[in-house]
Amino acid sequence: MNFDLFFQYIVAGITYGTIYAVVAIGFNIIYNATGIINFAQGEFVMLGGMTAVTLLRYLPLPAAVLAAMIITMLVGGLIEILFIRWLYKPSVLRMIIITIGLSILIRETALHIWGEGVKALPYFTGTSVSSIKLGGVFISPQVLWVVGISAVMVALLNIFFSYTITGRQMRACSVNRDAARLCGINAKNMVTLSFMLSAAIGALGGCIVSPITYVQYDSGTPLAIKGFTVAILGGLGNSVAAVAAGLVLGILESFSIWVMPAAYKDVISISILLLILFVRPSGLFGSKEAADLKEF
Amino acid sequence: MLKIKNLESGYGKLRVLRRVTMHVAGGEIVTIIGANGAGKTTLLSTISGLLKPSAGEIAFDKQDISRTPAEKVVFLGCSLVPEGRQVFSSMTVKENLVLGAYVNYRRNKRDRVKTGLEKVYGLFPILKEREKQLAGTLSGGEQQMLAIGRALMAEPRLIMMDEPSMGLAPLIVKDIFSIIVRLREEGNTVLLVEQNAKAALGIADRGYVLETGRIILQGTAEDLLSNKDVQRAYLGRDLDTETTL
Ligand SMILES: Nc1ncnc2c1ncn2[C@@H]1O[C@H](COP(=O)(O)OP(=O)(O)O)[C@@H](O)[C@H]1O
Ligand SMILES: [Mg+2]
Repeated sequence: MNFDLFFQYIVAGITYGTIYAVVAIGFNIIYNATGIINFAQGEFVMLGGMTAVTLLRYLPLPAAVLAAMIITMLVGGLIEILFIRWLYKPSVLRMIIITIGLSILIRETALHIWGEGVKALPYFTGTSVSSIKLGGVFISPQVLWVVGISAVMVALLNIFFSYTITGRQMRACSVNRDAARLCGINAKNMVTLSFMLSAAIGALGGCIVSPITYVQYDSGTPLAIKGFTVAILGGLGNSVAAVAAGLVLGILESFSIWVMPAAYKDVISISILLLILFVRPSGLFGSKEAADLKEF
Repeated sequence: MLKIKNLESGYGKLRVLRRVTMHVAGGEIVTIIGANGAGKTTLLSTISGLLKPSAGEIAFDKQDISRTPAEKVVFLGCSLVPEGRQVFSSMTVKENLVLGAYVNYRRNKRDRVKTGLEKVYGLFPILKEREKQLAGTLSGGEQQMLAIGRALMAEPRLIMMDEPSMGLAPLIVKDIFSIIVRLREEGNTVLLVEQNAKAALGIADRGYVLETGRIILQGTAEDLLSNKDVQRAYLGRDLDTETTL
């Protein structure tokens, strides 16, 4: 394998890995707030992409992306308020069933609105064939958009959770819900907020990746599986580790094409998922100490 | 300040509290003593709004709070230091305290947050030293101080404490209890739940004895200390493990 090809694989791996990380972060935010996995997370990604494609008829691209994020965010909040907020201490099993039900509901609604057609946003700059020369190799500018926007998003999220009062409240609720309530924090609102945040992040992911991967009413599910794998691999709830885990999975997948048929690409993530669940459920980067400090 | 009448509460079908009637007047230290499982934590959880009572009245400053959720009760000036500290373990000491002052953030009184911090650091200088440390890495005594400090950050008029001496070394228990006395001297009202009956009655004005969800005895701290039943059930046994003040 020559260096150029090697580099292409790396770039492709990083691109997909970044998206997986974005989806995983969406999982983590809701997991931290509620202790549940939101199986409709992939649908937020799809909704973001689809909505942006539709809005592009009326708005310039950046505005369409922003509006798609806001709309998906409102959908996320609405879903929480309608289907989850009023439940009194629901069991994990019940929450799994509800979020899987929601994912089906969103998918079917998307099918009615947009049909089965495959859609895509245009490349943010240039076209599908334009490329930028970077250290002797050519890469698509969209790759830089994906990685750049995701990096900024992760940085902003970190600032939000570390330094803003609302971010700290959300963290407090995830560490100890009752103690947070005793401080005057409305835990239910924090859960709604976590759904809104996850939905917006998912939507952004759906927008930036759609020029490369396209978007369809059911394209959320495979992304959710990858994102879930990454979230588990990094250790549930740990968003920094999710970025690392995302890159690991993306690059592994990318190089798997080298040793086995592309059709088996998805086998990688499923095998990793099962392996991790059997061998190291706290995740690759989840330390035992950190797990002990968390209260659930 | 706090008036409770015929309060009944529990978990689902399990009834724990049965017709509990008690009160706390402003400026008092009132203690509730009782064995493990008597319902002390259930009582404080119900007052603080974490649990909803199935019957009875809870009035705080003449306002009915029996249906008020926990996050609203704090805003009225009634804070709970929960059993087992319950600090935000993966957050720093300072973050814990700042979160405790959320009430003042909401009221747009940021300057009060700062004065509150200074006051808590004055009361517990060790917390100032550990400011940037994760709360989960503190010792048990330090965590208890943090839990008390966090509750004080909301500037409550009534502070309720659930077994602050639990699992702590006698010397540290002594520290904590002297802080409670000091809090009262500064005009706070304290409702103190303890298994450590001798220490609690030692600093309290009045006390209630809770047994299987009922108040079976009440009186001034001296009366309870000299009461034969109390001596036998709560003071006589295990004298060497009790802390003397
Ligand atoms: N979360 C809970 N769910 C169900 N039952 C509980 C719960 N917490 C306490 N209990 C029961 O309620 C009774 C009173 O407990 P508690 O109020 O914690 O007593 P204390 O604080 O005096 O030790 C006990 O019988 C206990 O088993
Ligand atoms: Mg208790």
